[in-house]
Amino acid sequence: MGVHGVTTAVLDFEAELKAAAGKTLISIQNVSKAFGEAVAVRDFCLNIEKGEIFALLGGSGCGKSTLLRMLAGFEEPTSGAILLEGEDVSGITPHRRPFNMMFQSYALFPHMTVAGNIAFGLKQESLPKREIEQRVDELLALVHMEPYRNRKPHQLSGGQRQRVALARSLAKRPQLLLLDEPMGALDKKLRSQMQLEVVDILKQVGVTCVMVTHDQEEAMTMADRIGIMNQGELVQVGTPHDIYEYPNSRYTAEFVGSVNLFEGRVEQEEPDAVLIRSPQLQQLIHVDHGITGPGHQQVAVALRPEKVLLSKVRPEKAYNWAAGTIADIAYMGGHSVYHVQLDSGMRVLAVRSNIERREVRYRLHDPVFIQWNADSGVVLE
Amino acid sequence: MLAITQRLPQPRNWVTAIPFFWLLLFFMVPFAIVLQISFAESEIAIPPYSSIVSIEDEMLSFNLNLGNFLMLLEDDLYLVAYLSSLKIALVSTLICLLIGYPMAYAIARAEPRVRNVLLMLVVLPSWTSFLIRVYAWIGILKNNGLLNNLLIWLGVTDEPIHMLHSDIAVYVGIVYAYLPFMILPLYANLLKLDNSLLEAAADLGAGSLRTFFSVTLPQTKAGIIAGAMLVFIPVVGEFVIPELLGSPSTLMIGKVLWQEFFNNRDWPVAAAVAIVMLSLLLIPITLFNRYQLKEMEAR
Amino acid sequence: MAKRFSFSTAVMVLGLVFLYLPMLIMVIYSFNESRLVTVWGGFSTKWYLELLRDEQLLAAIWMSLRIAFMSATMAVVLGTLAAFVMVRFGRFRGHTLFGGMITAPLVMPEVITGLSLLLLFVSMGQMIGFPTDRGMTTVWIAHTTFCTAYVAVVVNARLREMDISIEEAAMDLGAPPVKVFFVIILPIILPALLSGWLLAFTLSLDDLVIASFVSGPGSTTLPMVVFSSVRLGVSPKINALATLIILTVSLFVFIAWWFARRVEQRAQQQLDPPEQPAGASG
Repeated sequence: MGVHGVTTAVLDFEAELKAAAGKTLISIQNVSKAFGEAVAVRDFCLNIEKGEIFALLGGSGCGKSTLLRMLAGFEEPTSGAILLEGEDVSGITPHRRPFNMMFQSYALFPHMTVAGNIAFGLKQESLPKREIEQRVDELLALVHMEPYRNRKPHQLSGGQRQRVALARSLAKRPQLLLLDEPMGALDKKLRSQMQLEVVDILKQVGVTCVMVTHDQEEAMTMADRIGIMNQGELVQVGTPHDIYEYPNSRYTAEFVGSVNLFEGRVEQEEPDAVLIRSPQLQQLIHVDHGITGPGHQQVAVALRPEKVLLSKVRPEKAYNWAAGTIADIAYMGGHSVYHVQLDSGMRVLAVRSNIERREVRYRLHDPVFIQWNADSGVVLE
Repeated sequence: MLAITQRLPQPRNWVTAIPFFWLLLFFMVPFAIVLQISFAESEIAIPPYSSIVSIEDEMLSFNLNLGNFLMLLEDDLYLVAYLSSLKIALVSTLICLLIGYPMAYAIARAEPRVRNVLLMLVVLPSWTSFLIRVYAWIGILKNNGLLNNLLIWLGVTDEPIHMLHSDIAVYVGIVYAYLPFMILPLYANLLKLDNSLLEAAADLGAGSLRTFFSVTLPQTKAGIIAGAMLVFIPVVGEFVIPELLGSPSTLMIGKVLWQEFFNNRDWPVAAAVAIVMLSLLLIPITLFNRYQLKEMEAR
Repeated sequence: MAKRFSFSTAVMVLGLVFLYLPMLIMVIYSFNESRLVTVWGGFSTKWYLELLRDEQLLAAIWMSLRIAFMSATMAVVLGTLAAFVMVRFGRFRGHTLFGGMITAPLVMPEVITGLSLLLLFVSMGQMIGFPTDRGMTTVWIAHTTFCTAYVAVVVNARLREMDISIEEAAMDLGAPPVKVFFVIILPIILPALLSGWLLAFTLSLDDLVIASFVSGPGSTTLPMVVFSSVRLGVSPKINALATLIILTVSLFVFIAWWFARRVEQRAQQQLDPPEQPAGASG
């Protein structure tokens, strides 16, 4: 295929995405929730677009679960409103809301079979029996659980229970699917397999989905967009790529992935570059994007470990390098994390893929140089 | 966390009201009536007591008669009965604890499968009849009963030892009947005890007795209190055991109350006896309530 | 460790012997030919036959069974509601009083409960004309009241271990609260309701003191008959009755235990199925 063809295909795809996405399904407007004195969610604003998988990511107690429970209707906002296609859903009890939830514990009904669990929601609508059976069959096929339809939940493995829980929450074709720590009850190996499988199913169905998780890997693997929450507030919203590469705050930078933070002051400011002096480094930091705000301000430069390059020879440039010694090596198999102790005493993490099989280029206590490109760092206030 | 019933005020109040008012009417209100009648005078009538409220000359008057309570003070019988009830209850609670604790410990430390069988063996007797289990001891402790026959056969004694209708028999009967009530809360508490704590203590060099007194025992304080109260409080008011196994001189307040009520038909004095007993037990009952509620509301 | 273990095991074995030996002796002597309870006069079942001929006793058994059945049923209703209030409703006005009324009956001396209920019934009869007489109804009310506390404890324990998200899931899928209670919660706590019912049933069957206070002439219960006969001394007929009670209870417990075990084993077998999704359907 020629170059031309590729571009058109990409453009078509983007247009399609925009047409599907652009529409807002849920609009969360200035929602706050207080439990007595404690404020769990504070002035929260967010639009969820039709068809997207949105992940709320944050540590425990950041208010993400409370927000999810408000969407489901188990809690009412103290102030603010939740709109579904422009209409306020507050006051609609959970059993009347067209939203369904997959619980962290799966909450399968222990006294019903797999099929009974999936059919439960449909039965509440008093659909004809035939129709219910047909829908249950469809869902069992969707989650590959046909052979287990007459099993009871306690006869299933963790992964199978999750599939049943997912099928059950999809059965009523909810306008919004809520996932509470969807992989929380699975062990690590099963988790990465199920993450992709669940996304496949969700995309196949085309349901809009809000999930809550404390696991950044899970959020990045599964979500189209991520919202980072801290202390009841939304800190940053963006695609996984945006969040990782362009964090807008120290909180996001440190919460998602690991990061090296250099504290410093702006030394020289140009339209499309800044020079920053950090007491932790002898050389200046050169970042090739402009910043806004008054000069000589206190800033931090965030640098992801995989963007830090190691070398044994002194870099021949004026900026963005430092000398140190290797203080620690964490061998992870596929890659290694080198802890480089700078002369200033700061420790910088550098990640290096273990491409060669035998060679060990850097050993403990070796003197090394670190360096990075001008487009690698992000300036944070 | 909100639960379903919390969002619908109507059925919620309703669900609360039914058991609430039942218990209020048939458990709390009776105490108020007992209190009221304890101030009445005994009469030969149906019912056999005077009304404390009367209307004379268009005047509402209350006739509080303190005579019943004064009588409890004046007649030694009551004081002795209260004191000996408390003593018997205290001693038998201690004996139950001394036997019950090791039993509960052994059950809690057994393998899960064996544990359930053992627990069932402990509970099973209390599912049969209390009365009949007390009765069983009559045949054993009688002068010509099994135990005396055995002792004579063994040559321990020539004459039958007088055991039935004595305080000893009352203690045996109480410990026998109430032992399961001591074991159950202790077992529940010991089961929750983190085994790694014991291992940690042993690992840090504590001897087994030391581990027991510094780790196990303090951790099971709640179970000990619950078990002790489950035995102590009902035993203070026990009637059947002193009646069947005790001697006529074995004074326990439950027996005295029964006699005042059924034999003397003096309802006001019986009510006064009950009120004093209840006030003596107020602190233990509160203690038990606090423990039990903590247990029932823990999530 | 090992030393203390053997000590506590020894106490446990002795304790169990202590608990069971008197009952065993009773069972053995129920087959004694002799009227003298302490002398063995040869094997006989005549006391059982005599038991069957004692009409007063049989009437009392029938009365006790009816009262126990009704009391246990009512106590399960009230106790379940009470347990639900305690576990799910959080704090409300009167919460402490409510908790006290659930737990205090567990330890309240029977003579106090019996006397106070009797005085209540008498006062009520004077004031509102109900109950007119003491009899089955008053015993039923009295037994229901103290059994409610026991049922509440049993059901409370089960409700507390139940995952609250199961209820939320049912509601989330469109079931209104009342339906959630009957279709989801009730079936899940059913075993607890059953054991609560059985506990209440045996407690009611066993009660002597409270029934003595609140029963009337026509409502003599089994323990009351046994008590008046025991007061006069040991009788082989009571041994026979004791044996029948012990036998019935043991049989019940054994059946329950056997069922629980079977269910558990079957669950265990099906827990590790072959992991091929295709193949024979389960």
